[in-house]
Amino acid sequence: MSRHWLTMFLSFFKIGCFTFGGGYAMIPIIQKEVIDKRHWVGKEEFINLMAVAQSAPGPMAVNVSIMVGYKIFRTRGAVAAFLGTVLPSFIILLLVAVFFSRIYEDPTVNSIFKGMRPAVVALILQPVFAFAKGMKYWEYGVFAAIAGAIWAGLSPIWFIAGGIVAGVAYTYWKSNRLSRQ
Amino acid sequence: MLYFQLFVTFLKIGIFGFGGGYAMISLIQTEVVNNHGWITSAQFADIIAISQVTPGPIAINSATYIGYTATGSVWGSALATLGVCAPSLVIMLVASRFYLKMKDNPYVAQVMKSLRPVVIGLILAAALLLLTPDNFIDWKSYLIFGGVLIAAVRKVSPIILIVLAGFAGWLVY
Repeated sequence: MSRHWLTMFLSFFKIGCFTFGGGYAMIPIIQKEVIDKRHWVGKEEFINLMAVAQSAPGPMAVNVSIMVGYKIFRTRGAVAAFLGTVLPSFIILLLVAVFFSRIYEDPTVNSIFKGMRPAVVALILQPVFAFAKGMKYWEYGVFAAIAGAIWAGLSPIWFIAGGIVAGVAYTYWKSNRLSRQ
Repeated sequence: MLYFQLFVTFLKIGIFGFGGGYAMISLIQTEVVNNHGWITSAQFADIIAISQVTPGPIAINSATYIGYTATGSVWGSALATLGVCAPSLVIMLVASRFYLKMKDNPYVAQVMKSLRPVVIGLILAAALLLLTPDNFIDWKSYLIFGGVLIAAVRKVSPIILIVLAGFAGWLVY
């Protein structure tokens, strides 16, 4: 396991360079780099970090990077991961704003992106398979129903709030039952 | 003054931007197009289009682009980007410290467990929301989708798959 914050900066810089299609498109690439390759966090812990990152304001992918960085190298790691994620986006958009503000009308760029768009959807689906492995059947039902409801237009905030309430209530009920025995 | 306003506006967007990228778009639009008039509605649509063909979170992309367009200077761009990111950095540093300290607390552990299906549901929803005619224009799109999904599940690197899909698009479209 590499234990240097510069490695962390470079890893997230690489992630930042290839995440076309918004924050969720970063998840499969972050997953590959920090779970499979660098072993910075485990699969379950990564889902936990995503849960916290989701509940906070700001771009989710940036939030996840900061948490992974903090977990390994504390504040220094968090700043390294943060800069790594944000800098590619900043540099590229600045270049586009200054020199190529009509880049999206270029026919070559357009055909490249016609190929990339369905690929991004497939890449976002992949972590669903990876994370769902080993879950119970009722959990499949729960996350499929949640996905359907959000797809239909419900705000994710309700489900995050619901998960927090359910977790607290269940623990309270369990500890009460244990103390009565 | 413009620089200060730009920073404060994007700071506000960073603080209240719950729900990630696409949820932030309407917030950015209200502030930047309607309230301040830094860019026109057509320019804003251009930014969304540019964000589709450039990497990174859309909130950061639009901050960088709008900061430059509004001031004509790299500093405007840097200030807007810093504004939109700073709340994330501060909040997540506190949240990370709290999480690492509290993760073995039975309440926190159970909340994390309960949030797991929610997180996976959110990822699945993000994929479902992208199943649109804009992204899937013909049978070749579905072919690319299927091929990439199979390769990704078999652990081929997502970066390689993105590059290959872009190359395929350049060849067939």
